[in-house]
Parts: sequence; C-alpha cells; structure tokens
Amino acid sequence: MAKLKDLEAYREEIEQCVKCGACRAHCPVFGAERREGRVARGKIALSQAVLDGEIDFDAKVMEDLSQCLLCGSCGAGCPNKVPTEEIVAAARRRIAQEKGLSTFGKGVAAVIGRPKLMNALAKTGGKLSNLLFKKLPENSGLRLRFPVPYLESGRTLPPFTDKPFRERCPDRIEGEAGKPTVAFFTGCGINYMYPAVGEAFLKALKFLGITVIIPKDQACCGLPAVAAGAGSTVETLAEQNFAALTREPVDFILTACASCNAGLVKVYGDMEGECAELGPKTRDIFVFLLEQGLAEKLAELPRAAVRKVVTYHDPCHLRTQGITQEPRAVLKALPQVEYVEMENAGTCCGLGGTYSVYHYENSKKIGALKAGNIETSGAELVATDCPGCIMQLQDSINHAGGKQRAVHILELLNEALPD
Amino acid sequence: MIEARIVRILTGILGKEHVSTEKADLLCYSYDATQQKFLPDVVVHPATAAEISLIMKMANSEKIPVFPRGAGSGFSGGSLPTKGGIVLVTERMNRILEIDSENLVATVEPGVVTEQFQLVVEKLGLFYPPDPASLKFSTLGGNVAECAGGPRCVKYGVTKDFIIGLEIVTPQGDIITTGGPTMKGVVGYDLTKLICGSEGTLGIITRIIIKLLPLPEAKQTMLVMFASIDGAAQAVSAIIGNKIIPTTLEFMDGRTIDCVRKATNLEVPEAARALLIIEVDGDREFLAKQVEKIAAVIQPLGVVETRIAKTPAESEALWQIRRSVSASLRKVNPDKFNEDICVPRSKVPEMIRKVDAISEKYGIPIVNFGHAGDGNIHVNVMIDKKIPGEAEKAEKAIEEVFKGALTLGGTMSGEHGVGIAKAPYIPLEITPKAADYMKAIKQALDPNNILNPGKIFLDN
Ligand SMILES: Cc1cc2nc3c(=O)[nH]c(=O)nc-3n(C[C@H](O)[C@H](O)[C@H](O)COP(=O)(O)OP(=O)(O)OC[C@H]3O[C@@H](n4cnc5c(N)ncnc54)[C@H](O)[C@@H]3O)c2cc1C
Ligand code: SF4
Ligand code: SF4
Repeated sequence: MAKLKDLEAYREEIEQCVKCGACRAHCPVFGAERREGRVARGKIALSQAVLDGEIDFDAKVMEDLSQCLLCGSCGAGCPNKVPTEEIVAAARRRIAQEKGLSTFGKGVAAVIGRPKLMNALAKTGGKLSNLLFKKLPENSGLRLRFPVPYLESGRTLPPFTDKPFRERCPDRIEGEAGKPTVAFFTGCGINYMYPAVGEAFLKALKFLGITVIIPKDQACCGLPAVAAGAGSTVETLAEQNFAALTREPVDFILTACASCNAGLVKVYGDMEGECAELGPKTRDIFVFLLEQGLAEKLAELPRAAVRKVVTYHDPCHLRTQGITQEPRAVLKALPQVEYVEMENAGTCCGLGGTYSVYHYENSKKIGALKAGNIETSGAELVATDCPGCIMQLQDSINHAGGKQRAVHILELLNEALPD
Repeated sequence: MIEARIVRILTGILGKEHVSTEKADLLCYSYDATQQKFLPDVVVHPATAAEISLIMKMANSEKIPVFPRGAGSGFSGGSLPTKGGIVLVTERMNRILEIDSENLVATVEPGVVTEQFQLVVEKLGLFYPPDPASLKFSTLGGNVAECAGGPRCVKYGVTKDFIIGLEIVTPQGDIITTGGPTMKGVVGYDLTKLICGSEGTLGIITRIIIKLLPLPEAKQTMLVMFASIDGAAQAVSAIIGNKIIPTTLEFMDGRTIDCVRKATNLEVPEAARALLIIEVDGDREFLAKQVEKIAAVIQPLGVVETRIAKTPAESEALWQIRRSVSASLRKVNPDKFNEDICVPRSKVPEMIRKVDAISEKYGIPIVNFGHAGDGNIHVNVMIDKKIPGEAEKAEKAIEEVFKGALTLGGTMSGEHGVGIAKAPYIPLEITPKAADYMKAIKQALDPNNILNPGKIFLDN
C-alpha cells in the first residue's frame, strides 16, 4: 500500500524553520508578489499555526498555500533544508480532506487517474486544438475538462497529438547483449503533447544499444494530483506505476521529464510502501546517457561548421536534486550546438503545474523574467529537460514577442545522431 | 484589539488591498529571525512617505504603536509587534530612484533588497560595500535601521559609513530630510547618523541617499590555517601593522573547525585550531604582491597550511568552508543562540578563552567565528531546548559572555542591535546617565512612545 505522509508527520521539519528569511531570496512566487504569506517562511508559519490549532484553513490561509509552485527552490537554498514544497503539498492534502477537492482538483484527479479518459481527451484535444485558443461556450463540457482560466488566458498550448506516443511505439526494443535494460517512464507531457521527444529518446538509446521496455499501462506520475492535494489519486497512481514498472526486471527506470523524475524519486521515495523502491532505480535520461558514454561517442562526430546558439533552462525538479551539469554536458557535446549560459538559468519558469492554472497572471510574471534572460543570452533555442517547462517557456517567449524556440535536449540530440 | 474605526481610517489612506487584519497575515508578520512571536492587530503596506505620514499622525493621536518592518531578518526582535498595534511593512517601497554615476551617489527606497542594489550598481562599475550575511534578503531600510555590517567592514566600514542622507517620517507624522547628496555637510546636528542604528525607534526611513565607491578591479582570496587562535590573532595584527587592510578577515575557532570537519567532507587538517579567510581587493597587479606579502608576514605565526585561490571557482571553494558553518552547527545541537559581541581586535584570543571557560563551566558547547578584522565575534551557544534547564543555563552563559566582552572594552552587539533580545542587558553597557540622554532624544521625537516601543530600552 502506498501512503503519503500527513501534515502532522512534518512537524519536525516545520520546527526546523528558524524564520531566518533566506527563502525570500529563492522563492519565485515571493519575487512576483512581495508578501510574507507567499514565501516559504510564511507558508510554514501558517502550516504550523494550523497544526497548533491557532488558525483554521480559512480562505486566506488556503489562498496563501495555493501560492506555491512546489518548485523546491526554497528548500535548496534554506540553511536547514526545510522541505517547504512537501509541507505545502501535505497541507493541501489536509485541506482537500477537510474541505473536499476544488472543482479543478477533482478534474485533475478524474482525468489523470484514468489513462483511458486521458487518451480519449487527448485525441479530442488533438482535433480541437485550434479551438482551444478560442473561447468555448459556457455550457461546453470541455470547459470542465480543460480549466477555464487556460482557455481565457491567451496561453499558447502545444497541439495535443492525435496518437499518444505509447500507442505508437512497441512494448520492447531489443538492444545489444551485455548492455543494461531500462524502462521508459514517458510521463504525460511526452505521451500526449511531445511524442517527438519520445521518438528521440528511443533513437538515443538505440544508438547506444540499450534495451528499452515501454510499459503500456504506466500512468501519470501523479505530480498534478500532488499539487491539487488529491492524495488518494497520487497513491493509486504510484501503485499502478509500481506494478507497470516492475513487471519485467529492468536495471533502470528512465525519465525525460524533470517532474516525473521528482515524482518517482522524491514523492514516491517519501511514501510508505513498496513504491519507494522505484526511486533508487530512477535516472534522468542525461545522467544515464553520460554514464553510458554518450559524450565520448558525440566527440567522435564532426563538429558542424554552422552551429545553433542554444541556452539551457534548469527545471526546478532536477536542479533541486542537484542535477544541473549533466544536461549541460550533453548540450555542450552536441556537434551542431554553440552553448551559451543565460543569467538566472536556475530560477523557476513559473509553470508549477496547477499553479499556472490558478495563478496564471503571476505565472506569466515569473515567466516574463525568464523570457528576458533568454533574449539577452542571444540564444535562438532554449533547451531543457522537462515538457512542462518547454510549454511554459514557449508561452513566455510568445508573450514577450520573442523569436526563440523552446525544445527538449533530446530533440537536439536526435538531430545530431545518425539515422 | 484595534477598533474597526482605526482599520477604516487605514483603509482610507492605503486602500483595502494594503491593509489586513486577516489572522493569516497577522501570523505572517508576527516573527523575525529571533523566532519569537507577537501578533499585530493590523498589517499595512504603504507605498509612499505621504501615506506613512498620515498613518503616523493618526497613530500618534490615537496612541497606537507602530512597528516598522523590512524583511524581518533581524536577530534582535526589532520588528516584532510586542504590543500589538500596526506592523508597517516596507515591501512595496522597493525602487532604486536614482544612481548618479558622476557624483557616486544613489537614492533608494527602504524596501530595496541589499544584494539587488549591489548588483545594479556593480553593473555600472560602482560599489556598495556593506555586506551583511543576510544581504540576499534583508532590506536597505533594515540595514540602515540596524547599521548592519559584514566581512568587508574591516576595510570599508559599516552601513552608516555609506549613508549620507535620509528622508524619514517622524513618530508625529512629519516628513523630514537629513543630510543630502554631498560628500561633506556640517550644517546642524547629524541626524543621519543618529537614525542609522536607531532600530526603527526614532523615525521611519522612507528614502536613503547612499555614497558609492568605484568597483575595485579584482579581488583575491586566501585561506590560512593556524595551530592556535593566538597565531590567527597575531596574524591579523601583523597584516594590519604592515599597512595592508584586507577587504575581509574572517576567522573560525577550533571548535567551529571541528564542527565543519564532522559535518562535511571539506578537507581541514587535524592540526588546524584556527583559520582565517583573507580577501584583498584593488588593482589586479597589486593583488598578487599583497597576497605574497601577507603570506610572508604571517608565516612565522604557526601557520599549518595556506591555500591561495587562483580563480573565482577556487575562491568560492575556500568560502565554502565558512559557508558550511551554519549548517554544521545544527549537528552539534538543534537550537542556537547567536550573539554578536565585539571586542578590540587584539583581544579576540582572550575573549575566545573566556568563552571556552564559560562553555566548560555550564557544560554547553559554544562555537565562535566571525570578523577577526574588526573583533566582531559570533558566539554561538548551542543547546537542545527540549532538555529541561538548558535554556536557563544558556541565558546565564550569555550574560557572562556579555560581561566578559565589556571587561575587555568591547560591546554586546557589533551587528544585530539591541531590539528586545538585549534590552534587559542594556544597563551592563550603558551608564544610567548616558541612557537618560538617549531616552530624552526618544522622548523629544516620540513623546507618546508609539514608534517601535519597548525596543532597546525596557519600558517601565
Ligand atoms: C542568516 C542571517 C544572517 C545575518 N547576518 C548579518 C550580518 O552579517 N550583519 C548584520 O549586521 N546583520 C546580520 N543579520 C541580521 C539582519 O539581517 C540585519 O539586522 C538586517 O539589517 C535586518 O534587515 P531587515 O530588512 O530584515 O529588517 P527587519 O528585521 O525587518 O527590521 C530590523 C529593524 O529595522 C527596523 N526597520 C526596518 N525597516 C525600517 C525603516 N524603513 N525605517 C525604520 N526602521 C526600519 C525594524 O523596526 C527593526 O527594528 C543576519 C540575519 C540573518 C537571518
Ligand atoms: S524555510 Fe529555511 S530559509 Fe526559509 S525562513 Fe525557514 S529556515 Fe530560513
Ligand atoms: S516551493 Fe517554490 S514557490 Fe513554493 S515556497 Fe518554495 S520557492 Fe516558493
């Protein structure tokens, strides 16, 4: 049985906050809206007050706790490493228990908890993706499915694919004998929105002779449900993924999405139950590729005469796990890439999953800073390692009127590798 | 509890959005880095001096206490609403109004975060040296109110040495300016210096005029390990005696080194019982020479090892040892009382020995590090509050530490101020007569004692 921790179980972590205020320098939400309730310290103080029975989850407390991207930047910069994002997630679960899930939270739970529905929706989404930019009638069922703020906000979304990635690819691709066998945890972003990234993933592993299994019955990692406070959905998904990913023996589980990586490593890692076993086996794709000697192989390829200027955006969910050098190393090793570092590459893009749905204006503000840094870096492409970030980065660039494109590093790797 | 009428007046002045009596907001502005907690009745976020003036006029006539607050990173409880009332937050007043590169002067609002200001002026080749360790999040207003200092003070001085003019709102609601943008100015009493370090008890700072320097071309960092704290202290005297004033002269005592050694994998040899991080800045060509000279001067003083950084990355690696202190201390004991006594430079070893004796007497670990160049020692009394009697023991130990510093001609606080944390100890350092004059100043400016009451001096 997979079981997430209750808010009460975080009391010790909460008490480790010495109220120094250092998180003020790291919290993107606080940066956009300089109010103490928005910063990690404030959210911890409120969670503590709730535990102590000093305050209920009133509207203001819930609003403050909703103002968190769960990006983990505060914890990474905190002298005492207080895991605010876990505390906030636990507080949201408590809110959902006491007050019920929000309408949107219910939507998230209903959709991501049911892969079939998700597939069906994505296909409809594919056909309707043009429509998505236009206002839908109030009584449209789609309004319930796709959160209203998205439709009315002018956000640019990538088109949903007609055929999800996992429906296009085989269950197993045999590699060379003696090389590791891995399971590919695709995540929803790649499966429904960026199937080309999935194809690139397979090409990279084929290039290195790795055997890949793509379990068809894997589900969403559950991070959107974590953000929405839908605890039982997260637990169900964790169990489902555990079953899917352990059916056949594999050496590693690979992700090409920072959020999925954090989901498997950190969220499942903190759970009671066997799901926690998935974390130690999970690797980010670039960490794995480098271990398998990708850099050396790339060094053998001729360096292109004309190269694309590319910069890198650190997805929070990798950066806060200390994975910052590997994606850069792959980019730098690509023959057709001229790498430039942008300023503040390590600050959040502002997506934060459901955060950008509830707080799109703030999300845009945070994204605008990023778009500015991309522009000043002089890069034509901003590469990253997370489909969610790609979506948000492109949206921010579009709003800023920039010409740059946001891509997954795997897409660039795909170009570089021989067919 | 504050009357609804008062909240309505505040809302009239500031607009609904910037006045809050919501419990969540009261909780969020109830603490600072001292971790004590006092709930205000109302939190306000003004944007201009004019608004603050109206608030103060109302508060003065209604006799409602007002507590100015920057980032709430204070270590002495200065921003805590100990008597309820109004917490006045400067978070919205965060504009850099002017940077005059020709005259090396800048004007800012109080809510500007220190490091952000530094980064902006450094892009223009200018330099604002005060660098409290909290610079990434504390505000310039809070820095001025506390007269914050940091490692670079040895060479450049503290916050007040860079503040040449202020605009303040007085407790009675008048908006006045002190000083101005000139490098010299001797007309009238120097109210600017009086407000610097007044801990928000004499006026609310609404604008700050800052003196800037040209940005030094380069800096170089070295780390020197000594066999004893005396060696390190003599090194400090020897360096300064040889007419080299480094930008930074940070030290760690043997116990601090032990903590770092235990908690991290940073390599520090067993023989090292004290350590100095020395940084020099200036023209590139002079730096290497200065570093060489420093190394030569201190070599006979029991140097165990010297590491000189050649690149910024190597320099960062040296600072890493200093930066890992805070986290490593937590492994000693969960709760920390961080005092910031200051003694004459040459008395540092004597003070450390006193602290070691106090630590032994009470059987609680005390770890020292700080700014050797200006004698500012961070005395960290490490306890576990959950163990009965520990907190009381720590309190006694701290009082002895203060007394020890005073007998050496030092002070109870070099950086963090008095606030509420050190108010009870004021009579140890300030004579009753001197205290009377200070209180007379407060009385003149704030006859109703409404601005940050109960701070620095105990109300009785
Ligand atoms: C990790 C850490 C490291 C630190 N390191 C240092 C250090 O190296 N050196 C050092 O000196 N201090 C240090 N401090 C203490 C603290 O950061 C400083 O005192 C800082 O100047 C406080 O700024 P603040 O904006 O947080 O002010 P607050 O804590 O909000 O307020 C501090 C005082 O200033 C008053 N005040 C704030 N704004 C105004 C205003 N506009 N007008 C009038 N009064 C005002 C408040 O009433 C209060 O009395 C450290 C603190 C922490 C948590
Ligand atoms: S969360 Fe960490 S950084 Fe923020 S106030 Fe607490 S201890 Fe300091
Ligand atoms: S997780 Fe991110 S958004 Fe949430 S409090 Fe921490 S830094 Fe801020």
